[in-house]
Amino acid sequence: MEVLQWIAQIVSAIVVIGFLIFFIRNVIDAADARGLDLGFGWMDEASGFPLSESVIDYDPSKSFGYALWVGFLNTLKVSLVGIVLATVVGLIAALSRLSSNWLVSKIATVYIDTIRNIPLLVQLFIWYFAVFQAFPSVQDALRLPGPLFLSQRGMYMTWVKPTASFVTWALIFVAGVILSIIVYRVLLHYQLRTGRSTYPFVIGTLIFVVFPLVGWFLVGSPPLQGTVPELGKFNFSGGLRLTPEFAALLVGLVIYTGAFIAEVIRAGILAVEKGQVEAARSLGLSQSQVLRLVIMPLAMRVIIPPLISQYLNLTKNSSLAIVIGYADVFFVGRTIINQAGRAVPVFLLIMACYLGLSLITSFIMNIYNRRVQLVER
Amino acid sequence: MTSASETIVRPPSGPGAIYWLRKNLFSGWFNTILTVISLVAIVVVVGGLLRWAITVADWSPVVENLKLYAVGPFPSEELWRVWLIVYMVSLLMGISAGKWRGTVLTFAMGLGAAYLILSLFPMSLEYLPLNTRLRLAGNVLVLAAGFVIGLKLPIKSLWIAIAFGASFVLTLILLGGFRNAAVLPRVETGQWGGLLLTFLLAAVGIVASFPIGVGLALGRQSSLPVVKALCVLFIEAVRGVPLVTILFMASIILPLFLPEGLRIDRVLRAMIGMTLFSAAYMAENVRGGLQAIPSGQYEAAKAVGLTGIQTTSLIVLPQALRVVIPAIVGQFIALFMDTTLAIIVGLLELLAVGKAVLNSNPQWLLLDMEVYLFIAAVFWVFTYSMSFASRRVEVAVGLGKR
Repeated sequence: MEVLQWIAQIVSAIVVIGFLIFFIRNVIDAADARGLDLGFGWMDEASGFPLSESVIDYDPSKSFGYALWVGFLNTLKVSLVGIVLATVVGLIAALSRLSSNWLVSKIATVYIDTIRNIPLLVQLFIWYFAVFQAFPSVQDALRLPGPLFLSQRGMYMTWVKPTASFVTWALIFVAGVILSIIVYRVLLHYQLRTGRSTYPFVIGTLIFVVFPLVGWFLVGSPPLQGTVPELGKFNFSGGLRLTPEFAALLVGLVIYTGAFIAEVIRAGILAVEKGQVEAARSLGLSQSQVLRLVIMPLAMRVIIPPLISQYLNLTKNSSLAIVIGYADVFFVGRTIINQAGRAVPVFLLIMACYLGLSLITSFIMNIYNRRVQLVER
Repeated sequence: MTSASETIVRPPSGPGAIYWLRKNLFSGWFNTILTVISLVAIVVVVGGLLRWAITVADWSPVVENLKLYAVGPFPSEELWRVWLIVYMVSLLMGISAGKWRGTVLTFAMGLGAAYLILSLFPMSLEYLPLNTRLRLAGNVLVLAAGFVIGLKLPIKSLWIAIAFGASFVLTLILLGGFRNAAVLPRVETGQWGGLLLTFLLAAVGIVASFPIGVGLALGRQSSLPVVKALCVLFIEAVRGVPLVTILFMASIILPLFLPEGLRIDRVLRAMIGMTLFSAAYMAENVRGGLQAIPSGQYEAAKAVGLTGIQTTSLIVLPQALRVVIPAIVGQFIALFMDTTLAIIVGLLELLAVGKAVLNSNPQWLLLDMEVYLFIAAVFWVFTYSMSFASRRVEVAVGLGKR
């Protein structure tokens, strides 16, 4: 048997490696025949194309490699903002669906069942072509309370921008967060040991709120200043502008992923055994304490792994930006292929970007899983 | 969440509507506020949508192009092939409904109702011609005839499965035809489109990815380190990247990988991409099932003297696959929706037809909402009924219960 297994392994290895060599030789042959360049030397050449948006400074004189980096940062930008908003939407939808109010729960159910059963690409088409492209021109922009302006050029909203004293204030803010966590832990520990009420959550929250507030007045000038979009002759100035591409992609991803996250969270909460809740109540914990100290920690164990994979899905789905022209890494990569060939190396880079993201995510997830896993007998 | 004390068992007679309202909508001031806000939201959203759909919306790009949405640019004189396939599927659905009843019957009845509704749809004969309506109605009869056959004749389940497999192959032959043939002339895959192509991409993807996925899952569980490493590498690499990149690989890079002279059709390349993508996910689903098999099963199989292959094929796989039916159906649904991505590599599936229709007539320039909502509705009907059926099957085979 041993011998047979070894033979099987060697044969399969030879077959796979043989196939790989065959493919790679074909690529090299094809590249030679068509004069394609398989190296990475092109990355330093000037890109020559503009990009609709970038987190860091970008202009067409920058190199191809730099353009790809800009695209990668754009992917990260829409993914991170999307993950935060989708979690909020998902949490609200999940709690609504579990609500004892029949109407609220039905509305959430309809949202989840509708959105999950329509392809994301169709939804993106609706958001971009049917909604954002159909907004009025800048001059007749729709005004929503906020003030939030919607026009073909995108979404303009009131925003805050940091001033000179921002860094000092941010430090105070971070110190407040750290201190509130430490105080919460110490007080909770003390309460568990002695049985005397120390109100750890209330005091922790108080520190969390008071520190930044006091800091705001201590640093002299206000660290953040509001800026309101104002209509000039041709366009808005001030405020925060979201391009229609970014806004449509973000809205589509958030609404779509939110529906999936809602089901993940709901399943997690439902998975908490009734006995745990009853036991916590019989110990005399209040409703909010039961939720915070018993239900949520237990539910998190179930929620986190599928939640992370939803985050990863959102990141991967952001590659659909190609249909609406948001300059993510995939879009930039395809532009380079269209302009300069190099299909093979560009694709290797794009895949490496996504693979890197998912490897990092699964690495973090494994650490977390090991920490919270039940000790089995 | 309702606390334990609130879950009161309703007396059989029922305490009436007022009690129900008070308990579910107006228990306490907070709930009352929520109810009022929800009612206002429903009236505004649903009312606004209905008013828009009836008075403002212009549905002409949808109703004037029903044939395109259904089959794309498939030549009109060869449309009988598509109808033949539809009849074939109706007959098989009818027979399986008669044989197994239960959820399959519900599904077949839904299909029949859909045929009837479409054939009687209040719409101008110009856009939904009489013969199309008659053929749709004819499908109801075929469905019913199949049901009687399945009910009366003792047909073995295996034969029905084989018939389904054969109909799949026959479908591909019928659609493609043969080069230089008089009876079934070749219809290039570039002329396949619309819902037809959407269905084909999904069906080929799921059928082809199933055996590959099972193989990969077994390989991943195998005790041979080289085989295991190769399988893990493939699964993780494919699952780590978006489907769009795989499709692009298949459409741009794959032709480079192959030797000169060997050219693969564009639709086929997309199918290969979808299959490889789906196989990696399928492998993880099946692995979940394999891990659910208690080790006692392996030990028992070994004790009876079964070989490794026998243990896998007779004991482990049948149990493992049964556990993962819901996951596989879920993946089928996901793949069905993912077929829309084929638009990115230039295939004319349903969504691409919608885009082409909008570009075909300047009068329809701003009617994106109507077209895409229609497409969304079509997808919703199919995916929702599939997930409904899968939930019913889950209950029927008693999954999730110990």
